Amino acid sequence: MSQYQALGGRILTKPFMVLGLIFAISLYFMFERFVTGGMGAVSNLNGGFAWGIWVVYDVVIGTAFACGGYALAIAVYVFNKGQYHPLVRPAVLASLLGYALGGFGAFFDMGRFWQFYEIFLPWNWNFNSVMLEVGLCVAIYILVLAMEFAPALLEKLGQKKLLKSLNKVLFLFIALGILLPTMHQSSLGSLLIAMGHKVNPLWQVMHMQPLLALMTAILMGFSIVLFEASTVTVGFKRKSETHMLTGLGKIIVGLLIAFLVVRFGVLMFQGKLGLIFAGDFASFMFILENILFVIPLIILLSPERRAQGSKLLIAGVCLLLAGSLYRFDAFLLTFNPGPGYNYFPSVPEIMITLGVIAFELMAYIVIVKLLPVMHREEHA
Amino acid sequence: MKRRNFLKTSLGGTVTAAAALGGTVLSGTAQARENLEPAPEAVGMLFDSTLCVGCKACVTKCKQVNDMPPTIEGDHTAWDSARDLSGDTLNVIKVYQNGTSATKDAEIDGFCFEKRSCMHCVDPGCVSVCPTTSMQHNPITGIVTHHPETCIGCRNCMVGCPYNVPQFQYNEVFGQINKCQMCNQKGVERIDNGQMTGCAEVCPTGATLFGPRKLLLQEAKQRMTLKKGDIYNYPRGDISKPDNYYEKEVPDYKQHIWGEKEAGGTNVMHISSVSFDKLGMPPLGERSAPSVAEGVQHTLYSYLALPALALAGLTYTVKQNTSNHDDDDGGES
Repeated sequence: MSQYQALGGRILTKPFMVLGLIFAISLYFMFERFVTGGMGAVSNLNGGFAWGIWVVYDVVIGTAFACGGYALAIAVYVFNKGQYHPLVRPAVLASLLGYALGGFGAFFDMGRFWQFYEIFLPWNWNFNSVMLEVGLCVAIYILVLAMEFAPALLEKLGQKKLLKSLNKVLFLFIALGILLPTMHQSSLGSLLIAMGHKVNPLWQVMHMQPLLALMTAILMGFSIVLFEASTVTVGFKRKSETHMLTGLGKIIVGLLIAFLVVRFGVLMFQGKLGLIFAGDFASFMFILENILFVIPLIILLSPERRAQGSKLLIAGVCLLLAGSLYRFDAFLLTFNPGPGYNYFPSVPEIMITLGVIAFELMAYIVIVKLLPVMHREEHA
Repeated sequence: MKRRNFLKTSLGGTVTAAAALGGTVLSGTAQARENLEPAPEAVGMLFDSTLCVGCKACVTKCKQVNDMPPTIEGDHTAWDSARDLSGDTLNVIKVYQNGTSATKDAEIDGFCFEKRSCMHCVDPGCVSVCPTTSMQHNPITGIVTHHPETCIGCRNCMVGCPYNVPQFQYNEVFGQINKCQMCNQKGVERIDNGQMTGCAEVCPTGATLFGPRKLLLQEAKQRMTLKKGDIYNYPRGDISKPDNYYEKEVPDYKQHIWGEKEAGGTNVMHISSVSFDKLGMPPLGERSAPSVAEGVQHTLYSYLALPALALAGLTYTVKQNTSNHDDDDGGES
């Protein structure tokens, strides 16, 4: 008997149809982007802001949201915290969808999408390029996530023999599934280094970029697990998983303290602490961002609050906002390519991103209803 | 089955995690490589803002050489109205204005012209960040070229360029990145044929001067030593074989040769009597940012040694932590 169950139930619920509508609208703009008008027709991208929300939200932030599988894999398989195991499969599914759609987001942001395969040809590779590492690593990781999630599909199909062989080698994919995000999530930070002066000094920490990016990715990974588990409990009326999440809260506290120490340590070492209080837009955003990092720390420091589902959810949401804002601030909001350039995403641009998110949520809902993803409650 | 076996301590896990994350921590002490040096026979241009009269002959010539359409604004069809670089404008003349704009080359109540085109960096960011080697740096001439046949359009070159030079043709479904290639791209090859760049050739005042970087730098340094009001013999065209010279009064040069050292230096250098931050040049130090990025990348990924080590440790630990939980159902993962 599998430890997992399909949730079942009607697929075409009202929320599902609303998501479908959003996705349908985005299809119209995708058609315009790929067939009739080009990128300029649907987006406000320009010569100074070559990367807008498609890169910064869909890829840089979207894949961090998709780090739940990665963060849990570290906890369960590296630190042998088996008690979190029931959370792994839904988290892997969310990661698979998040990354797959991040990959898709990268595709429609690709100016020369019809020759995307050029990045996979070894004779083209430039080993100095951070982007090369990100591109290849993310592509391979999507395949690894698919393998990690394959058992759910094989169980559904009743392919016992195949499932058994896969389980024999699964540890290899799990190991890769920890290594690859470590590489590309840190590299997403390294992308900022070469942008030099365009990145605001409060975020331009040069060679410390990969460490901060990795720490926020893992933090966001654990937070999304808190968020997902709480939402699923409410949305699908399942038994609360708070007892498991409490422990995650404790892990988050440790990571969060380490992150803040590194971040402020680096700024102090680079002599930039004064910029925090400069009173300009960047300093405002920096303070706002760090308030969002500190609120969950305060919440989670207390064991009583850690045991409350609602407090855990608030902490998780704050951290997701904080991590997103960290990346938005660095890549877009305080990004300054020089005089004459401004950027705010256009409506079609936003609609395409919303469409991608809607599709991701729809796929998640369908899959948890059809495939054995959620842990059986009596085992929990 | 219940897989709550806590016999294993998390010691193994801690070690592996340290290995996996260690690489990143190491980057904290990563030594960035040095800036690249100028190519041995680097060619470039010297733009003397004080000589530019804003005729924009260079803009028109550039469009002819590169077969690009003029930018028309309103009813002004007599000249190219491009205001900045774009997918089909590789060279543009911008105007600086302050206060009453009465005096040419005065920072206050004055005006002057500034050229924008690829600076052909000695240590180019666009080349460093391009995943598919679609931006290349000629090792002899130092010219930075673009090769759309392998480009995926990720536009990292655009954000990685301190000057926002590479520009994408956003208004086409099948667009490409464009930038100045010093008139030496396939099918043009003016430099290989012993000619000079189009913009330098048509410049009536020698504001855009073509030639070997060494000679241009020498010339720029000499102009820095001139006294305001003296008469100097300005060359036109190619500095190694000027078409002709003309005498002109020396302006009040700022003691700054842009591109001598900025971010490792550029092959296209600028001098001016208005400070460069006012002319929209970026706040650059001497260190090139890509050299730091490459230092981090190579520390972490040299021969994939660290990732391989981390993978070995992770595989071992994961195997340890899953093997004693296997049940008949194989419900791991």
